[in-house]
Amino acid sequence: MSVDIATVKRVAHLARIAVSEEDAARMTGELNTILGFVEQLNEVDVTGVEPMTSVIPMEMKERQDAVTDGNKAADIVANAPATDQNFFLVPKVVE
Amino acid sequence: MSIIDTRTPDAKRLVPGATGDWEIVIGMEVHAQVTSEAKLFSGASTSFGAEPNSNVSLVDAAMPGMLPVINEECVRQAIRTGLGLKAKINHKSVFDRKNYFYPDLPQGYQISQYKQPIVGEGMVTISVGPDRQGQFEDVEVGIERLHLEQDAGKSIHDQHPTLSYVDLNRSGVALMEIVSKPDMRSSDEAKAYLTKLRTIVRYLGTCDGNMDEGSMRADVNVSVRRPGEGFGTRCEIKNVNSIRFVGQAIEYEARRQIAILEDGGKIDQETRLFDPNKGETRSMRSKEEAHDYRYFPDPDLLPLEFDQAYVDALAKDLTELPDDKKDRLVNSLGLSAYDASILVSEKAIADYYEKVASGRDGKTAANWVINDLLGALNKAGKGIEEAPVSPEQIGAVIDLIKEGTISGKIAKDLFEIVWNEGGDPRQLVESRGMKQVTDTGAIEKAVDEIIAANPDKVEQAKAKPTLAGWFVGQVMKATGGKANPQAVNDLVKAKLGIE
Repeated sequence: MSVDIATVKRVAHLARIAVSEEDAARMTGELNTILGFVEQLNEVDVTGVEPMTSVIPMEMKERQDAVTDGNKAADIVANAPATDQNFFLVPKVVE
Repeated sequence: MSIIDTRTPDAKRLVPGATGDWEIVIGMEVHAQVTSEAKLFSGASTSFGAEPNSNVSLVDAAMPGMLPVINEECVRQAIRTGLGLKAKINHKSVFDRKNYFYPDLPQGYQISQYKQPIVGEGMVTISVGPDRQGQFEDVEVGIERLHLEQDAGKSIHDQHPTLSYVDLNRSGVALMEIVSKPDMRSSDEAKAYLTKLRTIVRYLGTCDGNMDEGSMRADVNVSVRRPGEGFGTRCEIKNVNSIRFVGQAIEYEARRQIAILEDGGKIDQETRLFDPNKGETRSMRSKEEAHDYRYFPDPDLLPLEFDQAYVDALAKDLTELPDDKKDRLVNSLGLSAYDASILVSEKAIADYYEKVASGRDGKTAANWVINDLLGALNKAGKGIEEAPVSPEQIGAVIDLIKEGTISGKIAKDLFEIVWNEGGDPRQLVESRGMKQVTDTGAIEKAVDEIIAANPDKVEQAKAKPTLAGWFVGQVMKATGGKANPQAVNDLVKAKLGIE
């Protein structure tokens, strides 16, 4: 698998990362090197092997259905650049 | 994935166009908020209408380093809903990240289930009709899957000219996305499906079905085709929040697509919005690129696993579902399918009815609940929860008729008094002198008086026996409707000497 510069730009856009033309060209090379390295894994035959989801065999922890958190609106918005009455304010987005 | 067409074109469901008939094909994705105290992966409250950002934990706000821990109740509710949809329950399912950017999605991804949902294929039976002959028809709508996912926050756009306000109270609330197969062929079927789904989740108590508060909303996929053809290109109408709007949106969208195709155009696959004020759908900003969600398994969460014993235990305690309840009312209480379907349409109505019917005749109880109670509630614009008459009170009225204490006519008056003023029907009958007079002596006295006062009518009645009815009416009037009509009838005939 390899990527071209258009794919790099598209992925950057999907992740909302600003990438200049110059950086995109450089990153295309770097990403292809990384992909090539990872591709070595394809040499291993994994037929019939379940994908590993955890290094140690364990089950997902569950929580009880109880309200144990919340009521800290001021803390929640504390780091926001703009707030009003504990709402986050963002540049207008509307369909 | 190949989609199987389970329906054969049916003439009465086709829509006429300028150049021939068309068939509408509908599938639906319904988002139903899981009834739970806390959110899917955090301990913040799910309550509606709280102050902005007060039902938010650091997990819901996606603060760095916070980890999701699943709420066992949400899992339980999803399985119970799956059982209610007669669906396959998957003992192992996986949570994935669905990546996209929007200000009300602080994580930058929604935790959802993609390739391995908790619930697989199932079935919902809907009843459509009545047709011109008054017949109802059962239609089976396939369920493709049900999966658990997080809700996003809420953006408010009308508070400021250049800024949007974001409230994360809904962020992380558990949703069940219930995906149907494209098995519906008319707006009536789609409305019946959504209604049935809502009834089922409300019976189960897994979602409150409150569409006004956004607890249930539907994305509707609509396409049209000539009967017998393969599926056409579909458009998805997003976030329709009432059953009536679902019907309107489908009708509009089908007409729009038919007009384009008949003019030789082609349908662009796109996402559209329904505008309830204008009654039309319009294209949303093209999100072609944004549709690349780059799903991958959430590394913060292990697979969700449980055994069959867990599912069996939930199945054992499952509420009786509306279809099963309807069958029972028809088969063991002898109700008509129509009456039974009215009674099971809401769990609260069914519960009310069963209290009235307990130890009494099922049909009589059904008549009182449907004609008198629901009729009066409908007239007053009230729901069953606001009924001013309790099942015990209606039950007492029915008992009083059966015992012969009051006549059927007086019973209606009694019901009205109980509705308006409340009180114990038995005591009311005593205190207001509504008891049916069965004392033959008293009735006889009344009959004699009427006969004595109307000698001319007595003569006429001898030639024309049907005039006996007039005497019965006069006696009933004289006794304030409290005389036993049968006893009056017998006495009148005997006294007049007619058979």
